Amino acid sequence: MPERTHGAGSLIAAIGVTIALAVALGCGTPRAQEIPNGQDYEQIERGRYLVLIADCAACHTADPSKPLAGGRPIETPFGTLLAPNITPDQDTGIGNWSDDEFDAALRRGVLPDGKRLYPAMPYSYYTRMSRSDVTAMRAYLATLRPVRNPVQSDQLPFPLSVRSVMVVWDALYFSPGVYRPDPKQSTSWNRGAYLVLGPGHCGACHTPKTLMGGDKNRDALEGYNLQGWFAPSITNDAAQGIGRWSADDLVAYLKTGHNRFSAAGGPMGEEVQDSSSQWSLEDLRSVALYLKNPHGEAPAGAGSTTAAAAAATPATGTPLAANDARMVAGANIYSDLCSACHAPDGTGVAYLIPNLAGSPNIAQRDPTTLIRVILQGARSVATREEPTDPMMPTFGWQLTDDEIAAVTTYIRNSFGHAAGAVNASEVHSARESLRPGASD
Amino acid sequence: MTDIRRRDLLVGTAFALLGKAAGADVIAGALPWSPNAASPPLPVHPGGWHFFTEAESALAEALADRIIPPDPGPRGTPVAVPGSAAAAATTPAAGSATRDTARASGSAHANGTGSTSGATGASGPAPDYRTEWCPGGREAGCAVFLDRQLAGPYGQSEGLYRKGPFQKGSKTQGEQNPETPAQLYRRWLAALDKYARSLQDGKPFVEMSTDRQDVILAGLESGSVELEGVDAKDFFKHLVMDLQTGFFADPLYGGNRAMCAWKMIGYPGAHYDYRDWIDRHNERYPHPPVAITGAPGWIPRS
Amino acid sequence: MARKLPRKDVVIIGLGWTGSIMANELTDAGLQVVAIERGPWRNTATNFAPNYAQDELRYRIRHELFLRPAQTSFSFRNKTSETALPIRNWGAFMPPNGVGGGGVHWNAETWRFLPSDFVLKTHLTQRYGAKFLPNDMTIQDWGVTYDELEPHYDAFEYLCGTSGTAGNLRGQIQPGGNPFEGPRSRPYPTPAQRQGYSHTLFAQAAASLGYKPFPQPSGNLSQAYTNPLGVRMGPCTYCGFCEWFGCANYSKASPQTTLLPVLVRKPNFTARDLSEVTRINLDASGKRTTGVTFIDTSGDEWEQPADLVILAAYTIFNVRLLLLSGIGAAYDPVANKGVVGRNFTHQTISNIVSFFDPEKFNFNNFMSSGSIGMCIDEFNGDNFDHGPVGFVGGGYMGQVQTNARPIQGTKVPPGTPQWGAKWKQAVREHYLSTVNPGTGVHGSMYSYRDVYLDLDPTYTDHLGLPLTRITMDFHDNEIKQNAFLTDKFAEIFQAMGAQQMSKQYRKAPYDITDYQTTHLCGGAIMGTDPKTSATNRYLQSWDVPNLFVTGASSFPQNAGYNPTGTLCALAYWSAKAIREQYLKNPGPLVHA
Repeated sequence: MPERTHGAGSLIAAIGVTIALAVALGCGTPRAQEIPNGQDYEQIERGRYLVLIADCAACHTADPSKPLAGGRPIETPFGTLLAPNITPDQDTGIGNWSDDEFDAALRRGVLPDGKRLYPAMPYSYYTRMSRSDVTAMRAYLATLRPVRNPVQSDQLPFPLSVRSVMVVWDALYFSPGVYRPDPKQSTSWNRGAYLVLGPGHCGACHTPKTLMGGDKNRDALEGYNLQGWFAPSITNDAAQGIGRWSADDLVAYLKTGHNRFSAAGGPMGEEVQDSSSQWSLEDLRSVALYLKNPHGEAPAGAGSTTAAAAAATPATGTPLAANDARMVAGANIYSDLCSACHAPDGTGVAYLIPNLAGSPNIAQRDPTTLIRVILQGARSVATREEPTDPMMPTFGWQLTDDEIAAVTTYIRNSFGHAAGAVNASEVHSARESLRPGASD
Repeated sequence: MTDIRRRDLLVGTAFALLGKAAGADVIAGALPWSPNAASPPLPVHPGGWHFFTEAESALAEALADRIIPPDPGPRGTPVAVPGSAAAAATTPAAGSATRDTARASGSAHANGTGSTSGATGASGPAPDYRTEWCPGGREAGCAVFLDRQLAGPYGQSEGLYRKGPFQKGSKTQGEQNPETPAQLYRRWLAALDKYARSLQDGKPFVEMSTDRQDVILAGLESGSVELEGVDAKDFFKHLVMDLQTGFFADPLYGGNRAMCAWKMIGYPGAHYDYRDWIDRHNERYPHPPVAITGAPGWIPRS
Repeated sequence: MARKLPRKDVVIIGLGWTGSIMANELTDAGLQVVAIERGPWRNTATNFAPNYAQDELRYRIRHELFLRPAQTSFSFRNKTSETALPIRNWGAFMPPNGVGGGGVHWNAETWRFLPSDFVLKTHLTQRYGAKFLPNDMTIQDWGVTYDELEPHYDAFEYLCGTSGTAGNLRGQIQPGGNPFEGPRSRPYPTPAQRQGYSHTLFAQAAASLGYKPFPQPSGNLSQAYTNPLGVRMGPCTYCGFCEWFGCANYSKASPQTTLLPVLVRKPNFTARDLSEVTRINLDASGKRTTGVTFIDTSGDEWEQPADLVILAAYTIFNVRLLLLSGIGAAYDPVANKGVVGRNFTHQTISNIVSFFDPEKFNFNNFMSSGSIGMCIDEFNGDNFDHGPVGFVGGGYMGQVQTNARPIQGTKVPPGTPQWGAKWKQAVREHYLSTVNPGTGVHGSMYSYRDVYLDLDPTYTDHLGLPLTRITMDFHDNEIKQNAFLTDKFAEIFQAMGAQQMSKQYRKAPYDITDYQTTHLCGGAIMGTDPKTSATNRYLQSWDVPNLFVTGASSFPQNAGYNPTGTLCALAYWSAKAIREQYLKNPGPLVHA
């Protein structure tokens, strides 16, 4: 899996590659007109919702008793970044910042002293937010309890510690500018596009990166390996993306962490728990509408047909032959260990045990997540609507690299998938990288 | 995660992996979980004796082979079993670690084409593993099982109520013996050895013919053979129970080597899903057994 | 000195079935609840995963999930004239340990008691006259009726997703169900489980004899289910590792699979594991509890103050904590006075192992579930005329075989050697064609003056506290009952075509080494008279009104069914009384 060799590019690239995704997803509500700087309830409430949508807390809260006071370490192979304190503390937070300074940081990646932010802060997405949304977030943050918590954010070694190198990166990968609605599409579609491309910054995790750590925009949302997980493709492709899901399936997944096919775990589980489970249903429907129709809505009435057709489309390519030695062994292992939960035909149990035919984590070009989940188990997210919190047991103590490769290969070439074989050396590297103490 | 618990912070450590008891904890907000958390068993590794002396191990192996004798005839001789139609014709190749190709190709829902497990396909009757020649307790590892059990928690009566005073009670009150199984077996085996050598030709038990060995064991069972300083019937009862337990336990504990005991009775072992089979009344389940540590069919050819 | 923790509204002792139900109901009422559990926390995927849960040696033979006798055990004797000796290794029953309690490793057989069971003394006296009952039998009415409990049985079944076929729907007898059951307000939430070959043949044989067989109500689910709390369960896979084992695939009803995921999310709930309550504290008046004292695994002692205490441990530990805390008068069998420890009961179980022609029968009984099986109820409770038979009580019977795990499931026909070549070949030939129901005859045990619990004068636990002493024996009534039922059971296997049978009648004396069930009941019984019961009909202590005692310890005598359905219905019943009556006006709910 060549995708996982991300140390090869320039040092700057490495920063971008490994860090960009650590940040949770962003958000925003576009308003036709800017609201003046009043500290009114409506603005603060909107700001609260935006901070929630942006999941600022994912990085900026280390201690739950000190929300947004910073200090959460974001580890990279090159050092650790600590998310700064964004409470209104005058000395150690952002209490002294003006609205303009806040806006510059959020939408241009520039600090009040002129230094550049690292793209761990997803300003390249937030730049698409409206000024009004940014101001509302600022208004909400100003209402928080100030927490004195000095954070030395930047702990990278020289020369990465020289933030001015980010100027180069910005020149290459940062295109500032607010989201421009497509007048041919509905309000809901535009809202979805705004959330995904802007404050939601889905691509920070799901879009492949260049060697320099910038988004490969032509491959937007086609999946990306970060922090030992493969954030799967969320394009509308039936083989690798979410093409087999309906818009309702997507909404259920984002709202509850579960749908009839799959469950959110790992970093996406955290995202669901801390952020998307609390988005409004209307916003989630907009996101689903956009992700199912990224190039624009189909003519009226044709949308569902398109989705159904996509779901029925078999995987392109040919699965490994059933008599392939790896497939035979994998089928035996599957029957003995997996079928008791995932069912002999891979269908699982809706909303409880993932359906291996419909889970996007199975047939990705990069099997990192599948291998990881088999090796060390996983927990799915518990939400108010889906409180069950089912967990995948760990098989790492039991199965050899060869056996995990076999069962992974079997699963990736069964149930309608044709995703190629996984070899034991890939399992071996994954096992090594997940050892306690091993860095991601 | 709203509540970060102490246990969550012990992420993925060997501590969690071995299932060692953590300290008392407060649980709130979410169910506890950490990567790799499990409490799997610790498999026995073959080689050497952990509890028995060399002499004891020889005696234990001889006893294992009398309590559970090898099947008659040379290794590989098929065994007739009622209900196994055309037994000889369908006996799996002796000793072959049969890859379960029948299941893989027949049941598989691979590529979404399968329906319910077809099991055997059209290639004739399924093999009946019961007809395979089954080794005796020695080769099945029952003495190794007993050795590891006596060296472990069972041998030390770990977890049992051990406080005194020890008093003799009625049978309905259960065993009230201050000695542990490890201590008892040491004395039991010595007493049996002494008894055997006290007979006419002074041969140790392990050098006797199996017929003579069986006569002595039958005497222990009935009470007609008395051993010096020990309760011979109690010894025999425990011996049979422990060796047969090792014979049928998961092979990870040292006995039931290659799942020979499970094959002998037609038991599929650790398999956990019979939804495809519960309605198939009076049909022989055709698949070979699987153990917690795996099955021959798991290992892919590289 | 115990360190004092912040006060809570409610402290619950034991986080098994009734502790979890109480915690859920009382947190819903807005109360701050802490549950204190002696054993460890246990989760499905991390503690009984499908890749190692199926280990007969570890879980069944070596008792992995159960309390360690070294921590605390019981002493036992058959008669008051004997010296009780400690139970050094578990035998007749298996005390649970850890979060989920017995709900983790039960078979999930989810029965309701008969309406007449709740008014037993009155019913039997009216039908047969007081003289029909043995002199030393101390059976009582419960103080609660079936009709009062019905909504709570229903609540528990819908919590669990119980699979079954209704036999009496609002008074209408239903085909295929148990025609003797009390009227139920709704059908079971899921259809009955599928049945294996031996279970099916048993039902056919029973029907041929004129009985009305029905599927055992099962907490191993026939299909996926979502309970009213939104918790999801999967379908049972008939793995054959149910009782003694945790369920690896979320298909057996347990606190883990029905309640705990919701409970832990509540901001007003916390649990403490590996913490053993040693005393329920009383104020100076002795009429009010102030909370509990517990010791954690580090040996640290803590006091948890609370306004309300729910004692929800296993039967014998409920009684023991009452005795250790000096709550309620200890029962004295000689004077026939006192309430704590009286009316202690178990179950009257027997089994028949039947051997069938291996050429014709292949049962595959290793494919099974904990509460699979076909049963008949013709000989339970007072479903038949006891006049001619000279005993009272009864039980259900059925082919309820839960497994054919080989260490315990390799039976050989009578007369076969127990070792050697003949034994080996017999095991090989008979394993697949043997029917071994286990607790096939599941009979009642009624209460007697000389069967009781108190504190042992000699033996102590790991903390130096006295063990509970069990004094128990079978009485003639139960022995007669069992002989009658076992013979009826044998007739069915005969009709089924058994070649040989090994009938294992239950006989006196009661044997603490022979596993029967873990259905120990009584000792802190509910009732209408404080002189003969420890709690009122709402499970509220007569002596300490801010203490409620849940679980089978409240059964005045045991019926011919598994107890969990009833003890959980009682927990809901008690929780309702707390929520709707006690909280508005804390104090005794019944005035004696």
